[in-house]
Amino acid sequence: MKKSILFIWSFVLTIVLISPAAICQAAEPYKIGCVFAITGPASFLGEPERNSAKMFEEEVNAAGGINGHAVKVIIYDTEGDATKAKTRVERLIRKDNVLAIVGPSRSGTTMAVIPVVEKAEIPFISCAASIKIVEPVKKWVFKTPQTDTSAVEAIYTHMKKDGLTRAALLTGTTGFGAGGRVQLKAVAPKMGITIVADEVFGPKDTSLTAQLTKIRGTDAQAIIGWTIAPPQVIMLKNWKQLGMDKKFRFYESHGFGSKRYIELAGGAAEGVYAPLGRVVFADILPKWNAQREFALNYKTNYEKKFKSEISTFGGHAWDALHMLRIALEAVGPNKAKIRDYLENVKGFAGTGGIFNMSALDHCGLDASAFEMVVVKDGKWALID
Amino acid sequence: MEDYGFLSQLVQYILTGITLGSIYAIVGVGFNIIYNATEIINFAQGEFVMLGGLVMITLVNFAHLPMPLAFLLTVIIVSLVGLLIERLAIFPLKESSVLRLVIITIALSILIKGLAMFTWGKQSFALRSFSGDTPIPFLGASVIPQTLWIIGITVVLVILLSIFFSRTIIGKAMSACADNPEAASLVGINTQRMVMLAFMLSAALGAVAGMIITPVALMEYDRGALLALKGFGACILGGLGNFYGAVVAGIILGLIESLGAGLISSGYKDAMALAVLLLVLFIKPSGLFGSAEVSKLKKF
Repeated sequence: MKKSILFIWSFVLTIVLISPAAICQAAEPYKIGCVFAITGPASFLGEPERNSAKMFEEEVNAAGGINGHAVKVIIYDTEGDATKAKTRVERLIRKDNVLAIVGPSRSGTTMAVIPVVEKAEIPFISCAASIKIVEPVKKWVFKTPQTDTSAVEAIYTHMKKDGLTRAALLTGTTGFGAGGRVQLKAVAPKMGITIVADEVFGPKDTSLTAQLTKIRGTDAQAIIGWTIAPPQVIMLKNWKQLGMDKKFRFYESHGFGSKRYIELAGGAAEGVYAPLGRVVFADILPKWNAQREFALNYKTNYEKKFKSEISTFGGHAWDALHMLRIALEAVGPNKAKIRDYLENVKGFAGTGGIFNMSALDHCGLDASAFEMVVVKDGKWALID
Repeated sequence: MEDYGFLSQLVQYILTGITLGSIYAIVGVGFNIIYNATEIINFAQGEFVMLGGLVMITLVNFAHLPMPLAFLLTVIIVSLVGLLIERLAIFPLKESSVLRLVIITIALSILIKGLAMFTWGKQSFALRSFSGDTPIPFLGASVIPQTLWIIGITVVLVILLSIFFSRTIIGKAMSACADNPEAASLVGINTQRMVMLAFMLSAALGAVAGMIITPVALMEYDRGALLALKGFGACILGGLGNFYGAVVAGIILGLIESLGAGLISSGYKDAMALAVLLLVLFIKPSGLFGSAEVSKLKKF
């Protein structure tokens, strides 16, 4: 009967070995839906967001899930397209039966899906920047990225501190650039900043020398560049080449958050200021900083796993998913309760800042989410 | 601090305009060479520019080759791409209609762009300038050394090409094919060989444009389309098929863009360049230097 004993033993062994998985499977997994612009023109946003969502699923499940429930993250590609975003969100709600939705990546696609999520009454955290997403407040809609307005305030505050009051704007004609331009112009009078030049350029322009030459003829004290790469780098090169770096201080927007841009500028980025989310330079944050541990963990693990530098964009998805994790831990799989919990998140130190949500503020970040940094010896340096 | 008066500003705008215009001019000439040999508008022309930039970056930044050698190798590599395109996509369909061939070049441009995306990824790359970055003061304006390279190389190319077309047997044979392919083949010119050569030459020109602009403007996989559009504008404005026309028109477009952005409004600079282009075409549909009689004989 040796054979049967062996059989029983192997049976028992199998049960023991697979039991943690078995327990997890016994409890219904929590399903979270994600829609990101993984391909298409905004893939620089969607790709790191998708990576972050995958990393979130792995890490949470490796740590035993949420209250013993495994997490299942279902990710769809919107291709940055409003119609596709809408159908993917409808699919997440109707077919996949998710508890909450994270994404989309772009402001336009977010605005397109808001009516759908509001009607379906499902917690929704957008990863897009526009202030219109949360203003006016919509019951089920939240967002994690800092708004443009906060970045503008951070720049103007820093200018004022150094006694600079005249700014020249240099903005791209992309959505990001145009949105920034509107906020830069709207906030300026409130903070006592005069805008003396307002130049724009196309996203594929090869030289911004003409625009900068025009600015050189004005009495501006600081230039504020607001765009995405590559003009972001070209403008700095032209600024140095025209010998303007001694007379005009240069501020980049929070879109400048990649070390690659400093490298691409090849020395021309020296002395440039930018308000950035702290996750980009988590490694140089002082130990007492509340965001340091969370952001540094994310940065280290992401860069190890995906062999590419983190961006603030992936962090927006990371923050949204972790806020949902905390909400699920606290209230379980109840959509209405998750929403109520999200609205009352206080002091959550994410990658994008310290979130303090309220019934009037579904973003929960202010200008303090940004830290003004300066490029020094080819690296970010904190300003004390 | 120096005072930047109106004159120095103007000089700066003109310099910028000529620099931009030189690139448009080279791309426009590339269009013309293929057009003259085949009557095809090669919409993959911008992709040659992009490839020129990215191949050069790879050779210099990653393979650490010296600049002149990398320059030469890039020209050869991109010419070979031009050759490949002609042999694989254009030559087998030589009896096909011109319109169909034009659409094939659009497909090729999408294909090349896609392959470039897989090879180099989506990010931009930088290339160091050919000879330093210290600006040279000139009439109150600052001239970047790379600007001189761009203008200088354009001038050299124009001279070389005009010698090629007017003095060498191959150049003359190509011109003959352009004027009348049937008559050319009757006198013993291998017209197919000339078409192949046109693609290689045009790819080489695109590569040069890409290499000289990259230190100023960076390069990434999807830059080609816009440069091709501007070059195409130069080519139309100068008169399709007219070699010097494209050069002059390219520089005119660059100047309009730069002066328009500087003196009027940066938001409308592209619109202004296009408006001038349309205006010229309304008044003189064959372009600034084109001949209406010649264009009547063309199929496209």
